[in-house]
Amino acid sequence: MAKTVEDMQMTVDYSQFPDVDGHFGTYGGRFVPETLMAPLAELSEAYLRYRNDPEFLREFDNDATQFVGRPSPLYFAERWSKKIGGARIYLKREDLNHTGAHKINNALGQALLAKRMGKQRVIAETGAGQHGVATATVAARLGMDCVVYMGADDIQRQSPNVFRMRLLGAKVVPVTSGTRTLKDALNEAMRDWVTNVDDTFYIIGTVAGPHPYPLMVRDFQTIIGRETREQILEQEGRLPDALVACVGGGSNAIGLFHPFLNDASVQMHGVEAGGSGIASGQHAAPLCAGKPGVLHGNRTYLMEDEWGQIIGTHSISAGLDYPGVGPEHAWLKDLKRAVYCSVTDEEAMQGFHAVTRTEGIIPALETAHALARAETLAKELGPDKIIVVNLSGRGDKDLQTVANHEGITL
Amino acid sequence: MSRIEARFEALKAQGRRALIPYVTAGDPNPGLTVRLMHGLVEAGADIVELGVPFSDPIGDGPVIQLACERSLAHGTSIRDVLNMVREFRETDSETPVVLMGYMNPIEVMGYPRFAEAAAEAGVDGVLTVDMPPEEMGDLSECLAGAGLDPIFLIAPTTTEARMQVICDHARGFIYYVSLKGVTGSDSLDIGAVAARVDRLNQMTGLPVGVGFGISTAEKAAQMSQAADAIVVGSALVRQIQENADDDAAVLSKVTGLLASMRSAMDAEVTAAV
Repeated sequence: MAKTVEDMQMTVDYSQFPDVDGHFGTYGGRFVPETLMAPLAELSEAYLRYRNDPEFLREFDNDATQFVGRPSPLYFAERWSKKIGGARIYLKREDLNHTGAHKINNALGQALLAKRMGKQRVIAETGAGQHGVATATVAARLGMDCVVYMGADDIQRQSPNVFRMRLLGAKVVPVTSGTRTLKDALNEAMRDWVTNVDDTFYIIGTVAGPHPYPLMVRDFQTIIGRETREQILEQEGRLPDALVACVGGGSNAIGLFHPFLNDASVQMHGVEAGGSGIASGQHAAPLCAGKPGVLHGNRTYLMEDEWGQIIGTHSISAGLDYPGVGPEHAWLKDLKRAVYCSVTDEEAMQGFHAVTRTEGIIPALETAHALARAETLAKELGPDKIIVVNLSGRGDKDLQTVANHEGITL
Repeated sequence: MSRIEARFEALKAQGRRALIPYVTAGDPNPGLTVRLMHGLVEAGADIVELGVPFSDPIGDGPVIQLACERSLAHGTSIRDVLNMVREFRETDSETPVVLMGYMNPIEVMGYPRFAEAAAEAGVDGVLTVDMPPEEMGDLSECLAGAGLDPIFLIAPTTTEARMQVICDHARGFIYYVSLKGVTGSDSLDIGAVAARVDRLNQMTGLPVGVGFGISTAEKAAQMSQAADAIVVGSALVRQIQENADDDAAVLSKVTGLLASMRSAMDAEVTAAV
């Protein structure tokens, strides 16, 4: 008899995925031009060698503490929780990391691996610029050459981050092909890697791409969930009832979710960018409104037309403006282990203002999507429950966007 | 015997090398593609490689990216591409046609439906840039069942062990990527390519084609000494790009360049004899 989704959920040990070839069920894998197959095998081998190497992990932990400023606080948002009148909401303060977002956890891990593999040049793609800034930062610290690919449209709307990257010594290359946003930056970075595989390490910023990236990026980001687990047990004496995080590619979400996946009592809520609303077609919500397909080296949910062409996305936050999503999220969706919803630009703006005004924390617009969902969820769950939201980044980079949105000239 | 196999047998008997031009279907406009395919055959093409446009062609350089964008601006779908092949077949039943593209359009159409429709339209081989043999799954059986040859790329970075795996999965011919890079790059090392092609010849009885970076008649002639087939793409597509508004100019420039490659390659063979 065929197993039901519920049976599957009961029997899956989430820590054992992906399989050796990078598959999460039918998702993930390694769909790349042949030139990259050997470098990916080399990368997998190197990563698996260092993944549990005490010296490598010590170096990572030391830098996470001394350079990034970890552990980040798990902060009880008391006023905001009270104002909503529902569950107790905690914020995992990834915005307090060096460079202002969770992205540095992964950039640091991959750069340390690149150093051990003897690669002197690192490349990255970036959407909002947070991953680009994180990569440029660790490259500066480790004395590596750094090239960041960024969509020409994103360069326009995230200019402070572009300047930060340049100050850090990175070369920022505008990408004018396709939709001139994150997906095209990723295409261009892949092309660079195909051409310069011998001396170049490609630091992918999210849990997408070919194997081993979804595994590796997740591992480096699970520091978020591992700390959260310890901190909530210390502060509340029990596990949370629900976790909430925004999902573009999905790295901050998987970093929070993964250490809790085997705890059946903990709900997971991933929040995609609903843009102007799912019905409008102007959004970036492949898990809510897309179909499985193959893009950027893995099989996952995609936003595509009826003939398999990838379609343009829309979100007020550049970091969520991506037509795909990490394959592990696709798998968790099908298994119903996590639920995925979308939040519109307008709802995200409300979440942005609410937390800014009641807690004195200006969140990134990406994060604001998770905050908007947390507010409705807090009411649904009621006062005895505990919610942890990943406050994945700070909002300084978005001030211009917020001002424009509200018709204010700075 | 498949059309591809028959074509290579015939060329071998004549002591000639295959010339395989690539154009993106629907570029610069869907109305020109079938005429262009016939023009390529008249100019000396032995096999026509027809690109299925994709929005995110990660293995291609800027020239073919732009070709995809020009084609997609007309809404060219994989179904339209198959219709072009069907129309081409109305007056050419002998020249093999290989589709070259990316996984997602095939994934969305569904493997059995795609394989059946492609075979019915008159396609002979399918090259999917972002699909290594390890990820083929049911597609392998679907292609075989429809009598289509899976064509695979082998790269300068491919290890010996993988080369053998790929050779075991491939039919039709092997496509050796002559440089580390995307299509249309220009850093060919002919000696290094020849050594790798020799190694492939020890591993497989399939013909070996070489492509990526062959932009002139001279390079085509040089490279044809080392391989059974030469694939030319970006150099032709650049001619389309430069004349995109003028169908007659596209036809004459593209076929003119191909014909010059053909005669340079044939002269090389004659000289060698």
